[in-house]
Amino acid sequence: MFFAILQRLGQMLFVMFGISALVFLIFFATPGSDPAARLAGRNASQETVEAIRKEFGFDRPLPVQYVVMMKRLFVTQDLTSFVNRGYRIVPAVVAAAPVTISLVAGAAILWIVGGIFVGVIAALTRDTLIDRGLMALALIGVSMPVYWLGEVMNLISQSRFHDTWMFSWVPALGYKPLMEDPVGWFKTLVIPWFTLAALYIGIYGRVLRANLVEAYQEDFIRTARAKGLSPARVMVRHALRTSLIPFVTMFGLDFGVLVGGAALLTEVVFGLNGVGRLTYQALLNLDLPMILGTVMYASFFVVVANALVDVVYVLIDPRVRGN
Amino acid sequence: MVQQDKPILLDVAGLSVSFASDRGLVQAVRDVSFRVHEGEILSIVGESGSGKSVTLLSLLGLHDRKATRVEGSVSFRGKPILDLPASQMRAIRGREIGLISQDPMTALTPVYTIGWQIAEQIRAHENISARAAHRRAIELLGEVGLSNPGEAVDRYPHQLSGGMRQRAVIAMALSCNPVLLVADEPTTALDVTVQAQVIDLLLRLRKDFGSAIILITHDMGVVAEVAEQVAVMYAGRIVERGRTEEIFSAPLHPYTWGLMASIPPLTGPRLTKLRSIPGMPPTPETVPDGCGFAPRCAFARPICAERPPLQKVGGQAALCVIDDAERPALRRAALPQEELA
Repeated sequence: MFFAILQRLGQMLFVMFGISALVFLIFFATPGSDPAARLAGRNASQETVEAIRKEFGFDRPLPVQYVVMMKRLFVTQDLTSFVNRGYRIVPAVVAAAPVTISLVAGAAILWIVGGIFVGVIAALTRDTLIDRGLMALALIGVSMPVYWLGEVMNLISQSRFHDTWMFSWVPALGYKPLMEDPVGWFKTLVIPWFTLAALYIGIYGRVLRANLVEAYQEDFIRTARAKGLSPARVMVRHALRTSLIPFVTMFGLDFGVLVGGAALLTEVVFGLNGVGRLTYQALLNLDLPMILGTVMYASFFVVVANALVDVVYVLIDPRVRGN
Repeated sequence: MVQQDKPILLDVAGLSVSFASDRGLVQAVRDVSFRVHEGEILSIVGESGSGKSVTLLSLLGLHDRKATRVEGSVSFRGKPILDLPASQMRAIRGREIGLISQDPMTALTPVYTIGWQIAEQIRAHENISARAAHRRAIELLGEVGLSNPGEAVDRYPHQLSGGMRQRAVIAMALSCNPVLLVADEPTTALDVTVQAQVIDLLLRLRKDFGSAIILITHDMGVVAEVAEQVAVMYAGRIVERGRTEEIFSAPLHPYTWGLMASIPPLTGPRLTKLRSIPGMPPTPETVPDGCGFAPRCAFARPICAERPPLQKVGGQAALCVIDDAERPALRRAALPQEELA
């Protein structure tokens, strides 16, 4: 157990080092991209570019630049934005993280429950109208772009029907911290949760249905039915349990990536200043320290999510256990 | 000499099973009838695809109800069970009729211990505590000859060998003392030595528990060893049935002759080439209307294109046009003498 954790930590460090080196090299070592010129802006004089080069340390060798930047990011934590000199990276990421985690965690609960519900009901009613209807709905969920769905939800809840009983409770866009205002936190996030989850409920429901239908061809399902178990028990205890592995795998990947900033469109549409939005703005300004900071944060969550997935594998499938 | 004094347990009459396919309904089982008396072992023999498993699964109600049509009648302990509501059928399955699957590698759910799976079946039918069910599971695993049942009960299927798994499957099928055990090729996936152990186990359990057994197999050796009654299936029909001794000493149907001729003799000179039945068994779509075996039969004649008559000799019956007068000569031609001794 201890060794497994150590191995995970080592893996995480390796992934984070690789990503940071890659991002760093893309910005500094790509031929024709002079970060000083970029920061100086268009039509800047040669002197200005030189001054910026010196000021930011771009005249030193690449490895030194990398080490200095990593040291300021992780050790002294005083790395500041290139674009906005007073803006520190670490506090900015720390402030944005709870917003993104709140958004993605809530949506994740919804899409796990919704995905299992859709998949199980569709598999139980296979080839009936209910199954076809659910699969059509799932396909619609998958094909609706999240920003479009978000804007439609906003239009309905903030504008057109805001004064009716249905949506009068919806607060203005923005984030309310959980600790200060739990009710406000919940109210502001409910609609974003559903918006973000719609896509994943569709994907997970369809994948789970396919896995369940396949599981029902297995001999052990026939055994379970021959034992005289109820259809619900056969489904939940025997078919669902053995079909969850792909579901969990997908969840680990999606959750890590979303917490890492892939929920950008949802954050933008609902005015949530999360990590995705922070990364997006940093990319617009080519603000390298901020990009590095958010990318490090994202890779951390991707690795953590995958480590959790491995733990869940062990819980649901004894064959994965070592002995 | 015929032991018909015991009551009839399972009576299958005119059972037909058809599947919905792209080209309409396809009949996999045609007009199959047989009876099992209490405590008796009936063996259903036939090649793969002859409809053995389909017959059993449909009478247990384990077929896909949407894609399958089952006709005929099946009564279990005098009660028709084909049209029973699902909930009543569930009370019979697992409690009164136990199923032993063909492949023990895939027959157990991989994510639960075998003890859990046995206890699950017991608790589905009896109102006992989890702990008592667990104890019963250990006892049952001991009954089927696992050397260390207290430890094996907490093992997962992947931690057991094929023979141990098949024993666990048998223990599970026996867990509610069923009056009928349905064993679908229980030894096919096992090593030869383990096969013999499992067959011995079934015989011993029949003695201890008194269950009747329907044994599906394509192994004539197993049939000769354990069965009291034999039904030979070919292309969805039972082409011959009767008592084991009768079938082995005087088989009526050319297909049964072919099956027996393909068993290597234990005595006498070694054959340079084993006899085999030429051709391939038909698929359900291509079974001819008349005798299904006619295309491969060495004694086929034009009349075989029509439905063959049922010929009876004592308690034995076969679907074939060959009558009593010409049968012995043809049989001698088809079978090496040694088999008939």
